[in-house]
Amino acid sequence: MKIVRDTSLIFRDQVALAVRSPVWLILGAVQPIISLALFGPLLNSLTGGPGLAQGTGWQLLVPGMLVQLTIFATAFVGLGIIADLKSGVLERMQVTPVSRIALLSGRVLHAVVFLIGQCVLLLLAGLVFGLRAPIGGMVLSVLMMAISGVATTALSYAIALKVRNELVLSPLFNVVVVPLPLVSGVLLPLTLAPGWLKHLSELIPFSYLVDAGRQAFLGNYASHQVWQGMVVATGSALLAFGIGARVFRNVSR
Amino acid sequence: MPRISRVSSDSPDTLGGRHRRGRSRQLQGAQEACTSAPARDLPAGYGPAGGDPIIEARGLGRTFKSRGRTVNAVRNVSFTVHRGEIVGFLGPNGAGKTTTMRMLTTLLPATVGDALIAGSSLRYAQEQVRRSIGYVAQGGGAHPDHRVMEELILQAQLYQMTRRQAEKESRRLCALLGLGGLEDRQTKTLSGGQRRRLDIALGLVHRPELLFLDEPTTALDPRSRNTIWEYVRRLREEGMTVFLTTHYLDEADALCDRILFMNNGTLADEGSPDDIKRKLSADIVTIELNGYPEDAWRVLEGHVGIREMTVSGLALNLTLADGDRAIPGLVRALDAAGIPIAAVRVSRPTLDDAFNSLTGNLPSRQRNDLACSDLAH
Repeated sequence: MKIVRDTSLIFRDQVALAVRSPVWLILGAVQPIISLALFGPLLNSLTGGPGLAQGTGWQLLVPGMLVQLTIFATAFVGLGIIADLKSGVLERMQVTPVSRIALLSGRVLHAVVFLIGQCVLLLLAGLVFGLRAPIGGMVLSVLMMAISGVATTALSYAIALKVRNELVLSPLFNVVVVPLPLVSGVLLPLTLAPGWLKHLSELIPFSYLVDAGRQAFLGNYASHQVWQGMVVATGSALLAFGIGARVFRNVSR
Repeated sequence: MPRISRVSSDSPDTLGGRHRRGRSRQLQGAQEACTSAPARDLPAGYGPAGGDPIIEARGLGRTFKSRGRTVNAVRNVSFTVHRGEIVGFLGPNGAGKTTTMRMLTTLLPATVGDALIAGSSLRYAQEQVRRSIGYVAQGGGAHPDHRVMEELILQAQLYQMTRRQAEKESRRLCALLGLGGLEDRQTKTLSGGQRRRLDIALGLVHRPELLFLDEPTTALDPRSRNTIWEYVRRLREEGMTVFLTTHYLDEADALCDRILFMNNGTLADEGSPDDIKRKLSADIVTIELNGYPEDAWRVLEGHVGIREMTVSGLALNLTLADGDRAIPGLVRALDAAGIPIAAVRVSRPTLDDAFNSLTGNLPSRQRNDLACSDLAH
């Protein structure tokens, strides 16, 4: 099928290019491990403290770290496409019969594949540090991260193609990305938070993913948080992909 | 052999190639080659191509809306390009040439009108159009970090060629366009001329019927420009149709069978480079006398063919259609009246002059002491 073949072409090309700059790969691999090493010991000492109902420190922390990793690893991919736009590569490809969707899906797929790799690294590091969680829970979490990764990458590309200016884009991404983990309850469960912060977190898809991850790590696969997390992830992925596809189609107009 | 009157080219109906189709066009071209005066302008084998239409644009228009204002970038553009032709789009910046080219290459949807490219409609059969055309953008479209062969192979695969076909075609094009030995170099390390040849290769990798070139030699050194021109001519010899935009008048003159002039979003004129030059400008014959300019004036006043005559000191400046052919008659007339002639010079029109008169500027060579009565039309 044409879309599959075209997506595979773009995917392989993007991966080949990414692999050529080892700096990015190393940074990407090292970042989750460092955050784990820095925050882990801190939260471990909070077990049993006020408002923290279940689970050891790692079981609370790692799902949050996974979401933080997802956000940081995918939000900035849009910057890469500006170079393609400016060098004329995108326009050149648009004159070929290649599927317009494939131009987006190939890129999204390559970002998600790297994201999955980084999540696995994070989990391995967590296991080394003392995390104990069921395999099913970990797999489910990574799956949810992959799906929400589709949403964040698609949106990142869409915003980049609309703004088209790295100087504006970089601070824009930063302003959105930096407070997100805090407001999503990544570092601490929001049962500790004041009312207004709790309400704000309910509007942010990532907080549902964090809660779902925490339940998954406890083995509660059928809990309503897990369902909510999956629905939010899938829904936002579909919506964001639709937006991204539309922006890609109109990029030369 | 009946002489084809040049006067007929002044009337709008026979302007350029618009009404010449197929075989009759080739015939007319052959006749012109035999009888037209400036044989200097026709290298061997040159003449208007005749094939069936490969681009038929009808009423193309594009409107942009920005901040509540509507801008008519392109209005009512209609023209035909035949197989095997090299047609150039010429015009000042902002004339709408790039916008029109982007519409023809499916990058921009037309607000109004349609075009048939290699038989497929721009509005309804975009994928078919994309398969038939190649496009080389002004800045090119090669990814800086890709290697040359890699880029060509990817491009071929985007046209759904298999990996093996892609490799074969890429190698063939590298050899054809002088990129041999550069296959493993990253495109960002190529020189300007090499980059441009790669861009052209990227547009040709799927053997399209029609190639669009947007400003193909802008910012290149003269040697690279000539190299590119050679390649374009060879492409035509292999049967390809080329549609290019340029703001280099010498490029349009050197390459194009026909030129379409755009100004302010509409087509101002079309014709072969010679047609345009002949129609809009004229030769200037300057006769330097050794004396009696007023007598010379009287002698030549009623002379046939002179459109305009002015005197400056001892020099007579005559504007007429065909300087070469007119000189013997003029000299004989002055001789017969006993007026001493020191020198005779013919100044031929350049495409520059034609371009300037079309866009409303006075041609520079005529700005000083002449009035050009044939400007607008």
